[in-house]
Amino acid sequence: MQTQTTMGDSVASGLLARGPGPADAAEEIYLTLTVADQLCGIPVLAIRDVLGVQAITRIPLAPAEVAGSLNLRGRIVTAIDLRCRLGLPPRTEGQTGTMSVVVERDGELYSLLADQVGEVLPLPRAERAANPVTLDAVWREVSRGVHRVGERLLIVIDVERILTIG
Amino acid sequence: MDDLLADFLTETQEGLGALDAALVRLERSPDDAATLGEVFRIVHTIKGTCGFLGLTRMEAVAHAGENVLGRYRDGTLRVSQAGISLILAALDCIRAIVIGLEATGSEPAGDDIPLIASLNAAASGEEMPVAAAAPSPKPAPLPEPARSVAAFAKPVPAAPPAAALSATAEAEPSSGGNAPPQTIRVTVEVLEGLMMLVSELVLTRNQLLQLSRNGADNAFAVPLQRLSHITSDLQEGVMKTRMQPIGNAWAKLPRLVRDLAVELGKKIELQMRGAETELDRQVLELIKDPLTHMVRNSADHGLETPEQRLAAGKPESGRIMLNASHQGGHIIIEIGDDGRGLNVDRIRQKVLAQGLATEAELAAMPEREVQRFIFRAGFSTAAAVTSVSGRGVGMDVVKTNMERIGGTIEVRSKEGRGTSFVVKIPLTLAIVSALIVEAGGERFAIPQIGVVELVRVGGEGAPQLERIKDSAVLRLRDRLLPLVNLADLLRLDSKTAEESVFVVVTQVGPHVFGIIVDRVFDTEEIVVKPVAPILRHVTMFSGNTILGDGSVIMILDPNGIARATGVGVESGEGESERENTRQAVTHRSDERTALLLFRAGDTTPKAVPLGLIARLEDVERDRIESAGGRPLVQYRGKLMPLVPIAGHWDQSTAPDRQPVLVFSDGDRAMGLMVDEILDVVEERMVIDGSGERPGFLGTTVIAGKVTEMLDTAWWLRQAGEDWFGADAEGSREPARRILVVEDSAFFRNLVVPAIGAAGFQVTAVADAEEALRLRESGAGFDAVVSDIVMPGMDGFAFARTLREGGAWRDLPLIALSGRAGPADVERGRAAGFTDYVAKFDRAALLDSLRQCLGAAVAG
Repeated sequence: MQTQTTMGDSVASGLLARGPGPADAAEEIYLTLTVADQLCGIPVLAIRDVLGVQAITRIPLAPAEVAGSLNLRGRIVTAIDLRCRLGLPPRTEGQTGTMSVVVERDGELYSLLADQVGEVLPLPRAERAANPVTLDAVWREVSRGVHRVGERLLIVIDVERILTIG
Repeated sequence: MDDLLADFLTETQEGLGALDAALVRLERSPDDAATLGEVFRIVHTIKGTCGFLGLTRMEAVAHAGENVLGRYRDGTLRVSQAGISLILAALDCIRAIVIGLEATGSEPAGDDIPLIASLNAAASGEEMPVAAAAPSPKPAPLPEPARSVAAFAKPVPAAPPAAALSATAEAEPSSGGNAPPQTIRVTVEVLEGLMMLVSELVLTRNQLLQLSRNGADNAFAVPLQRLSHITSDLQEGVMKTRMQPIGNAWAKLPRLVRDLAVELGKKIELQMRGAETELDRQVLELIKDPLTHMVRNSADHGLETPEQRLAAGKPESGRIMLNASHQGGHIIIEIGDDGRGLNVDRIRQKVLAQGLATEAELAAMPEREVQRFIFRAGFSTAAAVTSVSGRGVGMDVVKTNMERIGGTIEVRSKEGRGTSFVVKIPLTLAIVSALIVEAGGERFAIPQIGVVELVRVGGEGAPQLERIKDSAVLRLRDRLLPLVNLADLLRLDSKTAEESVFVVVTQVGPHVFGIIVDRVFDTEEIVVKPVAPILRHVTMFSGNTILGDGSVIMILDPNGIARATGVGVESGEGESERENTRQAVTHRSDERTALLLFRAGDTTPKAVPLGLIARLEDVERDRIESAGGRPLVQYRGKLMPLVPIAGHWDQSTAPDRQPVLVFSDGDRAMGLMVDEILDVVEERMVIDGSGERPGFLGTTVIAGKVTEMLDTAWWLRQAGEDWFGADAEGSREPARRILVVEDSAFFRNLVVPAIGAAGFQVTAVADAEEALRLRESGAGFDAVVSDIVMPGMDGFAFARTLREGGAWRDLPLIALSGRAGPADVERGRAAGFTDYVAKFDRAALLDSLRQCLGAAVAG
């Protein structure tokens, strides 16, 4: 039920974005990142910062997805563990530290913790496919569509949705 | 929007705020020419500026309002409630236009013709029915064209007199003629921006200090110290710019109360004290609505109708009192009324009905605890939901809001006497001092405000944690302190119980509990930053911050912890003793006076400082005689005049035993006849002199009740002129001259008659500076009695100045102070005081005076 409404919305917004846009809006630029081997893309315009491994303070009693908070040049940033948010297995010991992709929402800064950050990639809007209906419910909720990048599939992450926790 | 318009809007809004209050004042005292002049001037200014800026709609409304005011001013029209309602309606209309102007930059469309017609009709002397005259305060108001047109049908343009009036208004310089204060307007954003920068600077400074502490780089130590000081000063300075008088949050209340009074058919008097008390802008914003809500509650539920009040033997008009004051780093705001008080029985019923407590629990609960149930969610004792309050926004919301900003709220109520709420909030939220602790391997900050003390437990020779079943407690100075284990509470893996832990003794409202932590670090000035919205539901934290070492740390909210663990729930038992401790703590720094509470004449309690009373007597009715229509009693071999406070005394209706307060001096005595002695309390007195009536200095709030303070001197005079007659037979020599230096008018009123009654000739001045001026002018005295705590030069400095030289160098000098501990006395002697006497110890003061002057003056 919940998922269906979400789907409808995301299709609608996709149509809107594609419809009357000017020529240079034919492409959208994404920063690619991997979370447990899944390739994801976040619109570059939504990103404020990309940081290396940070000291993160745990926040007791916070939702599981909240990894903690960190200090970005005097501002406090809430870190969201993408693995947990996307229902992926937690990182095992020995894996390298996480990268922080900092986004802003309603004047608040959030850091999305990914395993690796890849390249900046322009992708034509027209090639974005709607979410496959069989996609996992959690993913369907936060994905705005799927791009084919070489051999791999890139999930376009909706920043607004991914920050909707609890 | 151009600057001119923006300035105009700011000024107009200020003007409108002032007008609301002034008009309500005017309605109460229609002959107050100064207020009328002020109202007229503001409206006139608005009108003039509107014309200049081409705001025709607003100008027309202001002009019509000014016409009415003009008629009031030259005395050709009486000020009436209907008229004031009309002018208030005109102000609402102007306010609506201002809002439109702010939003769009141009005047919103709207039809003011009926309003203007009503105003013109009022100006021409026609009494308008209020219903037709008071339009809704919307920009496009007046849904009753028919009636309004009728009013409009006979418009009498009042332009000529108005023009004449405006001329006089200009000729008359604005009253007072004060030089404009040296101020500039700065937008709030600029200040907020500055505040943020300063916050960051404080954090960076802390970081640097931390680094320099760790390293041995001494070259930086000195400049760093300087930087640190400057940062602190800067922080203080910027904080000051954010401070605003609490009166700003109150500005709308007189109007609100006035409107409520009209709507509810009650007579309400609003008293506001301490409006100049300053607090942080942000805090001010946050408490505005809760305060308004409480005032509204008082007006609606608290106060009775005039009939009910008269039936209860109270004055017809009810009173709502707001009182703000500083106390340490806090602001104390008291919102009280002298209405019906909380109905404890009804609360009990409701508690039972809602299953919040069992009958047995309720029975064991002290009344105060029962009253605190009103802070529970969904708890409203109002029988009916009125349009004014009882709309589900209850006291629980108020309490939550206050707690959110680190404040507490308490209720004191006595049925039939009134209710008062005492709110304690921090001065500022932005930068607080916090204790850094560790639990479960994580660090947390606890605001120092709530921390009472730190106790190390479990070590050798230290107190031990004890357990009652599963809950840990700590016996601390004969008190069992409930404990909360922070690591458990936050579901952190607490390592194997360490040898010794720390207990942070914390206070939330009346509740004291301990928080167990593993380690305690430093205290640090921290900048409170709100937590991200997705974490708001975690009520254990009030914010987060960045420490000197750059790490992020969560700030614990003692209120949240108390709620989560139940140690501070509104049904705690056996809190009364803690209550006492708490009071001792919070009032420690203030001068408290023992007061005797009694009842006489009406139901309002009355108070008199205990120190002034010689004895309390119960006189049998049969012993009371009458001489010349005045009651007398044989007392210790003499006749003692009795003065009934109720004003009359009738032997037939008098009780068998008459309680009497005996005031005596030497061998003379007089008795005040009262109905009932209620209590002796220790209170800090804030006397409000307004509404004074003969025999009383004014009113104060004691234990949540409005209490009248006895003017002892007045009653002594009632007993007979000879009381002050300076003992014609007793004193063989001319009366000794005493100078009393005391800043509080109240204490002056008490001390002067007390000394005067003993045959001294007393001169009283309000401060040391004035006393010194008397010295320079050559005035001579035989002794000086001085208060210690005074604004400007204090008593110690005054004493030192006197002893340095001058005509009064060798005069006996007696200190009069609320604090008379050995250390105080020592300090007083060092400063040059001859003697040191506790305030209100009348006998001791007189003894001291006699001793100093080396002569028995009276008796």
